[in-house]
Amino acid sequence: MGLPDASGDLSSEVEVDAFRRLFPLRFCERHLSESIRPDGRPLGRARDTTIALGAVASADGSALAKIGSTTMLAAIKMEVMTPSMESPDEGCLAIDFHMPPICSPIVRPGRPAEASPVVSKQLSDTISSSGMVDLKELSLVSGKAAWMAYLDIYCLDADRALFDAALLSAVAALSHLQFPTVSLNEDGRVVVVVSEEDGGKLEKEPVNREKRKLTLKSIPFSLTCILHKNYILADPTAEEESIMETLVTVVLDSSSQLISLYKPGGPVLANTSVIQDSIALTRQRVRELQKILDEANSGMEVD
Amino acid sequence: MEIDRVDGRTANQLRPLACSRNILNRAHGSASWSQGDTKVLAAVYGPKVGTKKNENPEKACIEVIWKPKTGQIGKPEKEYEMIVKRTLQSICVLTINPNTTTSVIVQVVNDDGSLLPCAINAACAALVDAGIPLKHLAVAICCCLADSGCVLLDPTKLEEQKTKAFAYLVFPNLTLSILPEGSLKVEGEPVEQAIITSVTQGAMSVDDYLHCLERGRAASAKMSAFLRRSLPPQNPSDSSRAG
Repeated sequence: MGLPDASGDLSSEVEVDAFRRLFPLRFCERHLSESIRPDGRPLGRARDTTIALGAVASADGSALAKIGSTTMLAAIKMEVMTPSMESPDEGCLAIDFHMPPICSPIVRPGRPAEASPVVSKQLSDTISSSGMVDLKELSLVSGKAAWMAYLDIYCLDADRALFDAALLSAVAALSHLQFPTVSLNEDGRVVVVVSEEDGGKLEKEPVNREKRKLTLKSIPFSLTCILHKNYILADPTAEEESIMETLVTVVLDSSSQLISLYKPGGPVLANTSVIQDSIALTRQRVRELQKILDEANSGMEVD
Repeated sequence: MEIDRVDGRTANQLRPLACSRNILNRAHGSASWSQGDTKVLAAVYGPKVGTKKNENPEKACIEVIWKPKTGQIGKPEKEYEMIVKRTLQSICVLTINPNTTTSVIVQVVNDDGSLLPCAINAACAALVDAGIPLKHLAVAICCCLADSGCVLLDPTKLEEQKTKAFAYLVFPNLTLSILPEGSLKVEGEPVEQAIITSVTQGAMSVDDYLHCLERGRAASAKMSAFLRRSLPPQNPSDSSRAG
């Protein structure tokens, strides 16, 4: 009859690899019925996650986050700017997400990937909704000078769950951020002091001697899940995402406020119990990620 | 409700809805949808031969082009395109016309809040007008969470900016007879409970979100009824109309 039946008969005869390529959905579903994923994880478990802070030496704050093999490199560059008239005592945070051709066979050089502006917008919405960064802290001299923070996130390996990894690397880079020293020059303008001068004596008093780190209030963490039939699969790989299309991304902050519940369409509809289940999975994940981030930060202090 | 809204509505009251179909001559299907002062025009061309790159040729492909009222498209518009596209993909029967592309052009005429829901409603009406086979209709609504914890439905732009959080929700509008097996029902919960799309902005508690969901769901029933009323079959053999 149809393909599913044919694959059912074949499954005992063909090699596992061939079966996996020919009937990817069937292959996955047979795993799911045994409550396990093709890569050996239980349904609700995310992949191993690591954070390395300070991956880019020339940036003011940077982090390399890995979730499984999805790799994101985030770096922050600080510049002094004149704040806008509407908000004279606020700085600015510009977030950009890049998907270079290195990250995935889908991305071609020259034309930007479809996903990158979407993830970029999601990131800036999430970070502004969570109120994690107080833009007032980025002010130097009210009305005269403020920090412009450029946060760039590069996807090095897109084994999906892009948003999760991107947000984690962005948060880690912000927690690693150190403000450069600035001072007033002869024209009364605020300029960044070049680090070579740090050792020697400064002619001018730095404006921001004591305030070197950003205080992050509630930190948002996210978890993407695939909905397929009655299953909820946390933290999908590229293989899983290519065969099952319904994604839900839940972002919770450290005080369990819901920052975002993002489900862009998809063939499977989410009812209240599914939503509650994915929120519960995210709660667990937030605790894990918080621990991983704290460990990465305390590791930095020891150095 | 004790909460005062600028335009004198109650918290659960929607703005006046209006929908007209078949307003463009050259398009295969078109519709305009307005909620108060927010108005969106949608046109459908297709199915055309061939799919775009990176799309599955075994299925029909939907392409959404978002045209803002003024200026170039930026990141928010790109995101809207993706959300509308994936929402429409979930209501269309994609296996009937494999290896074809259907273009949906969304033109914003005026934005006074609840823009994305309005666009999804317009696109859905335009798909029906074009006779694209659909599994069911979709109704979209915006729920706004006021500082007092009250849920305001269908907010204006001013209300969207003032409140601390809002959620765009899309619900299916279907009759029970056309359910695909298993995919929609979990533990016998009614099907109308499910959501197709959810986009939120601003921080809120989980309970507040679930409250929004409940209110949105209740209001979507009214909008569903309106959508069905405004989409009478043009000829008896029109098989595109769901339900």
